[in-house]
Amino acid sequence: MVRDDLDRDHAYSVGANHDEAHGVEIRKMVWKVTALLTAITIVEVLTGAFVKQFTDGTANSIWPFIKWSFIVLTLVKAGYIVLKFMHLGDETKSFKYVLLTPYFIFMAYLIFILLTESSYWNTILFP
Amino acid sequence: MAGHAQEVDAATAWGGDGSPFKLSYGKQMMWFFLLSDALTFGGLLCAYGYFRHQYDSWPVGEEVFNAMPFLGNGFPLLYVALMTFILIVSSVTMVLAVEAGHRLDKPAVIKWLTLTVIGGFFFVGSQAWEWYHFIHGSHFGATLTSEGWATVSSLIMEGDIVKEVSLNFGHGKELAGAEALAVYDPHAATIFGANMVQNEYAPMIPQFANLFFFITGFHGFHVLSGVVINLIILINVRKGVYDKRGHFEMVEKVGLYWHFVDLVWVFVFTFFYLV
Repeated sequence: MVRDDLDRDHAYSVGANHDEAHGVEIRKMVWKVTALLTAITIVEVLTGAFVKQFTDGTANSIWPFIKWSFIVLTLVKAGYIVLKFMHLGDETKSFKYVLLTPYFIFMAYLIFILLTESSYWNTILFP
Repeated sequence: MAGHAQEVDAATAWGGDGSPFKLSYGKQMMWFFLLSDALTFGGLLCAYGYFRHQYDSWPVGEEVFNAMPFLGNGFPLLYVALMTFILIVSSVTMVLAVEAGHRLDKPAVIKWLTLTVIGGFFFVGSQAWEWYHFIHGSHFGATLTSEGWATVSSLIMEGDIVKEVSLNFGHGKELAGAEALAVYDPHAATIFGANMVQNEYAPMIPQFANLFFFITGFHGFHVLSGVVINLIILINVRKGVYDKRGHFEMVEKVGLYWHFVDLVWVFVFTFFYLV
């Protein structure tokens, strides 16, 4: 079998090439996403460093809220990396579903198992 | 069915020209590999969450990871924030290398790819220091007091007599002065640093260090392979391999892998250090 990506002037690979004007647009997007990812990381680190999870052995009552906002911010960062940096947002709809559907089904299953089989479900979430 | 294979003429058979996803074969396979690798990391992080919720108490990230090279302790999360930033920046230089490749701008690809490789080396080096510090542990280690396990923050001895000691029990609980002297026993069991059997950060939870070693180690191995792969592609770019092909898709493919490594770190950072 001939590897299509080794062909000179292979249609899909060359089709991804773009001109200078389009390049300016893409670079602008890249710097915007960079600024956003950096800002989110700085906020996370400052919050993590200054808000104490425990004071003198007692849990901080607002920590659960902070914990969940960390997880949400992480998912936002992951979304930007996958959709913008890895350009999954520019692929066909069918390809996006082929990749993401099995992943989310399997991860939802794993997360369900980890929560119910560890003590989290019964002792923390619904004590 | 040997010998009975039916010949199908070219007019009837689907030639296979044209991808339903409008992608080249190589790029699609890179995505499928990344999907499987993402499942591996997802499974590992779920295992981490499972063990974490098995225990009533778990070490606090900002208390365990609070050291900076040359500066000592007292800088919660700063070093790991720096590592995260280095990896994000090297992801950005990689996007710019891919973009330059799409314009067939070879000098720019070389520039951005070189910066990506340098960023990758910085990250691997930072992780090596982090591991060294984690394995080596604190100066006095963790000791079993009559109030439970505690890290000894400072200790002044005169011969066999303890003059002054301050203890850190984790979760924000600290003792100093007479209270600390009352519970401290200089001959009690002491743990220094971390290995696969025990660790001073969570003396009752060996899984804390095991999961740290396995997950950050597996990720670090990915970063190292990524740096090597980027280096190979950089050499190919310099030699003009992709000029001959008329496209720099190979840079895009290794770029996907490199972004994936960054993506995994975003999750490791959150679940190991922040929450």
